[in-house]
Amino acid sequence: MTTRMFGQRISRREDPRLVTGHGRYLDDLGSSALEAAFVRSPHAHARILDIDVSAVLDVPGVVAVWTYEDLEGKLSEPLPMLLPHPSITAPVTGHVLAANEVNHVGEPIVMVIATNRYLAEDAASHIEIDYEFLDPVVGIETARQGSALVHDQAPGNVAAHLVQDVGDAPGRIASAPHVLELDLDIERSACMPMEGKGVLARWNREDSSLRVHSSTQTSTGVRAALAARLELPLGKVDVIAPDVGGGFGVKINHPWPEELALGAAAKILECEVKWTEDRREHFISSAHERQQLQRVRVGFDEEGRIYGLDVQFWHDNGAYLPYGVIVPLNTSTHILGPYNLPDYRVEYWSLYTNTVIVTPYRGAGRPQGVFLMERTMDAIADYLGRDRTEVRRMNFVREFPHPIGLIMQDGREGIYDSGDFDTSLDKLKALVGWDDFAACRERARAEGRRIGLGLGCYVEATGAGPYEGGHIEIETTGKVNVATGLTSQGQAHQTVFAQIVADELGVPIEMVEVTTGDTRRMGYSVGTWGSRGAVMSGNAVHLAAKKVKQKALTVAGRALEVDPADLEIVDGLVRVKGDPKAQMPLAMVSVLSNPLRYAFDEAAQAATQFGGRQDETKPPIAENDSPGLEDTDFYSPVRSTFASGMHAAIVETDPETADIRILRYCVVHDCGPMINPMVVEGQIHGGVAQGVGGALYEKMAYDSSGQLLNASFMDFLMPYASEVPQIETDHLETPSPLNPLGIKGAGEAGTIPVSAAIASAIEDAEGFPITRMPISPSELWELRRRHEAGEWPSLRHD
Amino acid sequence: MKPAPLTCHSPTSLDEALRLLHDIGSEAKVIAGGQSLVPVLNMRLATPGHLVDITGLPGLDEIRVGAEAVEVGARVTHRQLERSPAAYAALPLLRQTLVNVAHPAIRNRGTTVGSIAHADPNGEMPMILALTGGTVTAVSVRGERTLAAADLFVGPLETVLEPDEILVCARFGRFPEGTRTGFTELARRSGDYALAGAALAVQVIAGQMQQARMGFVSVTEVPTVLDLTDLVAGRAADQSAAVAEAVVERVHAHIDPESDIHATAEYRRHLTGVLARRLLTDLTTGEPARTSEEALRGAS
Amino acid sequence: MTTDNETYDIEAGTELTEPVTLTVNGVDHRLDLPGRRLLSDALRHDLRLTGTHVGCEHGVCGACTVLLDGQPVRSCLIFTATVQGCEITTVEGIGDDPAHPSAVQQAFIDSHALQCGFCTPGFITTIEAFLTDHPHPTAEEARAAVSGNLCRCTGYQNIVTAVCRAAELKHEAGGAEECAGCPWDGEQS
Repeated sequence: MTTRMFGQRISRREDPRLVTGHGRYLDDLGSSALEAAFVRSPHAHARILDIDVSAVLDVPGVVAVWTYEDLEGKLSEPLPMLLPHPSITAPVTGHVLAANEVNHVGEPIVMVIATNRYLAEDAASHIEIDYEFLDPVVGIETARQGSALVHDQAPGNVAAHLVQDVGDAPGRIASAPHVLELDLDIERSACMPMEGKGVLARWNREDSSLRVHSSTQTSTGVRAALAARLELPLGKVDVIAPDVGGGFGVKINHPWPEELALGAAAKILECEVKWTEDRREHFISSAHERQQLQRVRVGFDEEGRIYGLDVQFWHDNGAYLPYGVIVPLNTSTHILGPYNLPDYRVEYWSLYTNTVIVTPYRGAGRPQGVFLMERTMDAIADYLGRDRTEVRRMNFVREFPHPIGLIMQDGREGIYDSGDFDTSLDKLKALVGWDDFAACRERARAEGRRIGLGLGCYVEATGAGPYEGGHIEIETTGKVNVATGLTSQGQAHQTVFAQIVADELGVPIEMVEVTTGDTRRMGYSVGTWGSRGAVMSGNAVHLAAKKVKQKALTVAGRALEVDPADLEIVDGLVRVKGDPKAQMPLAMVSVLSNPLRYAFDEAAQAATQFGGRQDETKPPIAENDSPGLEDTDFYSPVRSTFASGMHAAIVETDPETADIRILRYCVVHDCGPMINPMVVEGQIHGGVAQGVGGALYEKMAYDSSGQLLNASFMDFLMPYASEVPQIETDHLETPSPLNPLGIKGAGEAGTIPVSAAIASAIEDAEGFPITRMPISPSELWELRRRHEAGEWPSLRHD
Repeated sequence: MKPAPLTCHSPTSLDEALRLLHDIGSEAKVIAGGQSLVPVLNMRLATPGHLVDITGLPGLDEIRVGAEAVEVGARVTHRQLERSPAAYAALPLLRQTLVNVAHPAIRNRGTTVGSIAHADPNGEMPMILALTGGTVTAVSVRGERTLAAADLFVGPLETVLEPDEILVCARFGRFPEGTRTGFTELARRSGDYALAGAALAVQVIAGQMQQARMGFVSVTEVPTVLDLTDLVAGRAADQSAAVAEAVVERVHAHIDPESDIHATAEYRRHLTGVLARRLLTDLTTGEPARTSEEALRGAS
Repeated sequence: MTTDNETYDIEAGTELTEPVTLTVNGVDHRLDLPGRRLLSDALRHDLRLTGTHVGCEHGVCGACTVLLDGQPVRSCLIFTATVQGCEITTVEGIGDDPAHPSAVQQAFIDSHALQCGFCTPGFITTIEAFLTDHPHPTAEEARAAVSGNLCRCTGYQNIVTAVCRAAELKHEAGGAEECAGCPWDGEQS
């Protein structure tokens, strides 16, 4: 028997190419292309009075200089509002090139195209722009105050306002024995993939078609936007995501101004032109995330059972709202976590500021929601003097399906489909040694050391629709080509989808090759986001493989003159069950699946009109059948499936310097059956590392004029190996009843509860509440000073 | 992020290099390892029209250990100096500090003399030059001059060097017999500029402290030396705790930290005092330095 | 500002260049390059060795790390004109054949030490040089050795594992030379 591939820790099929320098990322393509550079706003909020480009004539190699005035037709319209939502009261999006106002430092104003990037940047540096300064709105407090406006059409700087109300939270809180209020604060970070964005656009003048390579998380989305804005038939545009050097969310927003600008330039100049985003551009003109102010009111009883939860939060969405309210919506719908809280009210305001736009970053609003809930849980436990895990356990959801009464980002009600939170917590407590920790902490204290233990629990709606597809063809060589439309940025799709297909088709995995993100191979797709790749495309290729297998059995059955039901496929051979002599390679089945008139090689002769015996009563292609051993299928879920997990951190804080070190980090993770546990663990490790960055190191430091003060890797402190702890993992595999493979998403999980767990641990070490993340040694030391001065409360039960 | 147009000159003799600098004037900039300069050029924060590359000049690649000083040529990389057994034997503080300078890949190209010419108050080596009572030699077509560290640095990223001068070597003074040295810093990430850092040289003879000097990174405008001799001289080394508070007080009075996005001035002041006290304790009680783990980490 | 007319050839619509010779992966090259051409760009765009990646162009991320006369350096912080006659090794020079990866490259595959793969070449060159000096690293030394390179995908854990795995593979292959007692080992203070 062939070993089942699903569940195996097989090494990645993408790796040999990537480790030897044979990856092909965006800037590795188009070696003879022209190159673009952009003049970007140095000001956060200003009116453009005049643009003088005359000095570019002094620079050689300049091919074109475009401003807003040069954009024709639909290209001059505002960028699309990708995700309309009823809560959006003032939808504002930017332009391909700023029309007459700039709303953040970094907004593109002029595009220069030259023979190489050096000369393009030279020309860009020669362009003079006159501005009239407007008041910048920076930070949630200023935005909320509303005395200066980012956009006149958004009074109070409010882009969106939403209330979701389930049960009677205020009433239940009023009747609760105890009530607590918390104010919480989370700063900005960003996805910061190692490869920035990039676009290579090539116009083919022979057939008036456009081919665009983009470092994107959605090639089908970019294709549709390009066709619409350049007013080209969809069939004349193809978009390919080459190797992509990380995404983490920022590359799902689209079309980026540069994608449209480069596409238009290629078309109008009839050339090949490339733009490779540099690091500074990525800081000031892509996207950030996370910033929120939160207010919580919770009522609970003596045992920690929550009666009602009432939440308000203010979300900074930056200068424009192209990606709608997905981030605050996710926050509002993930606050409940693994807890059964039938009385819940949440209200949010999404606010414009004169800063870089905010679109999803791994976790996409969920880390903020989990931070809020878990800080609340710890506050309740402290208030009551109860163990933090017991208060959580008191509130766990235990019956599934569990509807939460909230509308999720896919427009459907959230219903927890499966999970086992008690077992997760048991595993976590065992892994980290929860029950023994108090003694460890006391011993450390006696030595003058401060250590603390914290935890964070979460659920995540993963695998949202609407759909993904899989196309599978078996070549006459026996090679299996799989195509799915969503894109890859390191998630091992070439490996895990091959595992699924190899199992279903009964072929060695070496025979399977997977293509992602190429609209020439699969034109219908949504994209890679929201921990959906494995759930969506995994199930889609599984379903497509089932169809192709059935077809193979039918064709082979005809040739072998046996009932297809008596056939099986093992190691690429279709054979009669129990009679290994009656068999036929899939390669031959593929030949026979395509009745031929012309033999192009020896194998093909078998499929020609005189190549073998035929049933003359039937047409060569049966009704409802099609030639070729190939088929397509789609997976479209009714709703999202909920993954879950729990993290624990042990930290040490230096009593003098307030330096914070993570001593241990433990993860229990449940994403249902794992296709490849090695890949899942890799996703967890990477997610936790980003979470650690967000908890202790990374923030976007804007000054009040809207200048980003740390737009470089020198000052934006992405962790190195020296800052990331060893991560200990344990798994739980609770299958989802919603999809054929029973799987749940795993991509974002690692990041989601990290700030919550680390805040909890620091609080435990310090003995006073931690309400704002990230936290630096300087900030912790300042809190200690305030605490010592009586300006910051103690925990009740230290 | 590409540098602005420039002409890169690669002279093969010191005379040729000096003539080039003289002839081109203020549009020229000396480049050695370029590890501080090239990021600035790539971001177009500086746009010199000419670079005079001194990595091809003969004779500037030596580390000479003398009785009084360790002399380091302008082409010697941080890494070469860090790994030099002779330099370590003569002045352990060099390696103790160098392992904290950025990451190995930067130290492989960056030069110690170049970092002194760059005069970054966050940089470790300008401070070490000052702490060791070191000197530098600058040459130009007008001749050669030797400058004490105290006369070289005039402000953040600012020295008395003329645009046509090349720093050909730095001399780090050796400490007298019985001097123990150490460097410690707290950085947000490995290899980052320190939030604060301190180096201490304390002479201990027959269990008694004699001279003591301290230098700092990231908390003073220019590298300056704090003399602690009057506080410690004649006291038993294992009783250094008795003067620790006085030392910290002196340190607080000496430094002038500023707030930035990574830390407040108040925190930096506090931190520097903690680091100073720990250094003093570590060097006088013979217990392993608290930051030895970081030091080892940077060394590999 | 710059002296444009000294470096531009306006009539030819391009920049003035100077000849530069260097040895890359054992092959001698003579290139005509502008003075400001960064080594990273020369490798990638003039020699088409695109395995070396550019992640920040200010020397912090390490994606562009190559070996310069055997030592890891940031190729984005070096003007090509300043490394005349030097020997440069890129990731392709360490192993160019996906079917026969080098020990470090194989260790990355075995350990799942890469996801998107963009930072990987910079790690591989760094580790190659590190293992030459430290053939038998501890996990702690391995972690320190890769702490000058940024990776946004893996959380580094499997990269640290890969360093140790690579040491094993090199040892098994008999290619590991015993450390001849590096003078900087074991005498830190």
